[in-house]
Amino acid sequence: MEKDPGIPSLEAADLRCARGERTLFDGLSFALKSGELLRIGGPNGSGKTSLLRIACGLLEPDRGEVRWGGENVRKLREEFWVRLLYIGHANALKDDLTASENLSVACTLAGIVADERRIDEALARLGLAGRENLPARVLSQGQRRRVALARLALGADSPLWVLDEPFTALDAAAIDCVQELISGHVSRGGGVLYTTHYEASIGAAISRRIDLAGS
Amino acid sequence: MIAALRCVIVRDLRLAARRSSDVMTVVLFFVIVVSLFPLGIGPEPKLLRTVAPGVLWVAALLASMLALGRVFAADHADGTLEQMMLGATPLGLVVAAKVFAHWLVSGLPLVLISPVLALQFDLSQELLGVLALSLALGTPVLSLIGAIGAALTLGLRGAGTLLSLLVLPLYVPVLIIGAGAAEAAASGLGGHAQLLLLGAMLIFAGAFAPWAAAVALRISVE
Repeated sequence: MEKDPGIPSLEAADLRCARGERTLFDGLSFALKSGELLRIGGPNGSGKTSLLRIACGLLEPDRGEVRWGGENVRKLREEFWVRLLYIGHANALKDDLTASENLSVACTLAGIVADERRIDEALARLGLAGRENLPARVLSQGQRRRVALARLALGADSPLWVLDEPFTALDAAAIDCVQELISGHVSRGGGVLYTTHYEASIGAAISRRIDLAGS
Repeated sequence: MIAALRCVIVRDLRLAARRSSDVMTVVLFFVIVVSLFPLGIGPEPKLLRTVAPGVLWVAALLASMLALGRVFAADHADGTLEQMMLGATPLGLVVAAKVFAHWLVSGLPLVLISPVLALQFDLSQELLGVLALSLALGTPVLSLIGAIGAALTLGLRGAGTLLSLLVLPLYVPVLIIGAGAAEAAASGLGGHAQLLLLGAMLIFAGAFAPWAAAVALRISVE
């Protein structure tokens, strides 16, 4: 299948990030095109999360810039963010809301239109059928992660996924499910940028890896 | 976009309803502080009538201050704030929706209960109306200004104290004009000028404060 030139690519040019006195990385460049899977590796504290936050435009790099279709993401703002699905370390769940309420709020904020049926389907896909109406407070760590990741099942229209340690706290079945979702997204022509310490086996035509050395 | 704003308001109201103790503490604080004054000053009707607008206003200001820390803190801690920043809706509008929801649960109850409390101060019926109206226009301004301070101090150690130091001076004009409305009405001037000024402040703060708070939030989260 020929690549759709209409889907822009994410490019990072000559990024430098320092936390306090420590330089996490310097002169880092990469590009993520449609249909590509890019994994950021490296030990704890090497700046993986900082890199993802820079790629999303949450954090300003000390030098360099991240471009989406040739324009700086921090200038594009909402225009870029509406195409982005970011799942960070934190699950962004409210203890007092139920699983389906949490997912529905997260989708609305991200600009994903999803009715109740699709929400329940997404939760069921992540193995949470029958737990839709439980408050997040009573869910286990792994189940909370599943609720956060259920957005992936609804996020087909966001071309770029940025996932920070998606497999944390998940069991084997859930890991398989998330890997399937990621490889499905890549085969549809989306791009996925992620970090993990788990040796994932995600089927993708182009899969690359950048290792941050740490210092 | 409208859907997202409605969703934020409904979500915050739902959270407040499921955690009603938070709302109750603010209202009770207001009730107790206001009730302490007649007890402390003594039952001298003329004196009480004179201090009533100021006392109610200062108490409302402190009560809304008490609730401010909660506007963004929980969303910051659990990662929801990041999602709001990376959402499809401009952050300034999301902040406006959050502040509105915050006012509904922390400011509006004060406005509604203020006429009852003002009875302790022997205010005339007409003055009760002016006082409640001045609070209705003024408390949203307090929430809007406070949101900027809450955004700036997000995630800092000792954020509560710092927040009051930052925000209380900014509350001064609102306090002077707000309490002035009822005082002017009591002296037979009507208080319209003060109410109109409060309205102008509300429009101004409503237009600019959410964007200022949004910029402050982005800085705090970096």
